[in-house]
Amino acid sequence: MERVDQLSREQMRADLPAFRPGDTVEVHVRIVEGDKERIQVFKGVVIRKRGALTGSTFTVRKVSYGVGVERIFPLHSPNIDQVVVLTRGDVNRSRLYYLRQRMGKAARIKEKRTPQA
Amino acid sequence: MPGGIIGKKLGMTRIFDPDGLAVPVTVIEAGPCFVAQVKSGARDGYEALQLGFERRPLAKVNKPLKGHFEKHGSKSAFRYLREFRLDAPGEYETGQEINLEQFAVGDKVDIIGTSRGRGFAGTVKRWKFHRGPMTHGSMSHRAPGSIGASAYPSRVVKGKKMPGQMGNARVTAKNLEVVDVRPEDNLLLVKGAVPGPRQGLVLIRKAG
Repeated sequence: MERVDQLSREQMRADLPAFRPGDTVEVHVRIVEGDKERIQVFKGVVIRKRGALTGSTFTVRKVSYGVGVERIFPLHSPNIDQVVVLTRGDVNRSRLYYLRQRMGKAARIKEKRTPQA
Repeated sequence: MPGGIIGKKLGMTRIFDPDGLAVPVTVIEAGPCFVAQVKSGARDGYEALQLGFERRPLAKVNKPLKGHFEKHGSKSAFRYLREFRLDAPGEYETGQEINLEQFAVGDKVDIIGTSRGRGFAGTVKRWKFHRGPMTHGSMSHRAPGSIGASAYPSRVVKGKKMPGQMGNARVTAKNLEVVDVRPEDNLLLVKGAVPGPRQGLVLIRKAG
C-alpha cells in the first residue's frame, strides 16, 4: 500500500489553507459551462472533515433564503480554485450536525480568540 | 504486441481526471517481464509466449525448473511463469523484455486474477439468498429452504444454487479503462476494481 499512498500524495494539494470544523469559509469552485469557465463562491460553515489522502472531503453548510444547503467537496479536487478562511470557530466537536436543528441566532458559532501579539 | 503482461495488484485509490472528477483506480505493478520460452505451432501445437515475472537466481529454483530455463537460454529464473497466446510469437526471442509500453492511456484491458477465497459458503453469502427470521420461533435462519418440487420432477434441477466453494477461482474483469501508464515505475492504473487481494498475481491483456 505504501506505493499506492505515495501515488495518491502526488494528487494532493498543498496550497489550501488549514481549516477545521466550525470555521466559516468561502469555497471558490471552478464551473465549466460549455467552453466557458467561471468561479462560483459557496460561503458557509465547515461542519465536517473526513477521510484521508485523496479521498478526503469536507462539508460546508449555509442557510440560503431560509433553506439549509450543504455541499460536500473533495478536499483535493482540482475544481476548487481556492478556499478562503473568514473566521475561526470555537467548537467542541468535530462533527457539527447539531447546527441542522438550529436556525438563526441559535446557529451562531463562537469565534476563536487568539492571543494578540 | 506481446499479448499481455504479468503484474501484481498493489491496491486502490482515487485520482482526479482532467475534468476534476474523482476516478476510482486500481494500481498494478506490472512487469518488467521477460520471455522465457517462445512456443510455436509446429513444436508445441499452439502459438504463445511464455513470460517470466519476478527474477530469481537460477540456484533458487528446483532442478526441473532450472532445466527448463537453461534449455531455453534464459539467464535467470523467475518466480512466476504464465503464457499468452498470440499470432506471431516468432518475432520475440527468449530474454527479451516485455514492459508496459504496449499499453496507452485510454486503452481497454482485460484483467485476470484469482478471486478472494471464501471457503465453503452458504447460500446467503454465495448467492445472496434472503435469510429467514432470526426469532418468533423460526428455525430456518440461514437455511436454503426448499430446493424443488416433490413427485414431479422428483429430482433437483441442474444448476440449482446451493452451498459450496466460493471464490479462489480465476476471474476476468473485462474492458477496464487504462487511466495512467508509468513505464518508469512499472505502474499501471486502471479504472475500477480488479479480482483478487492486494499482492495478488494478475494477468493483463488488451480487451477484445
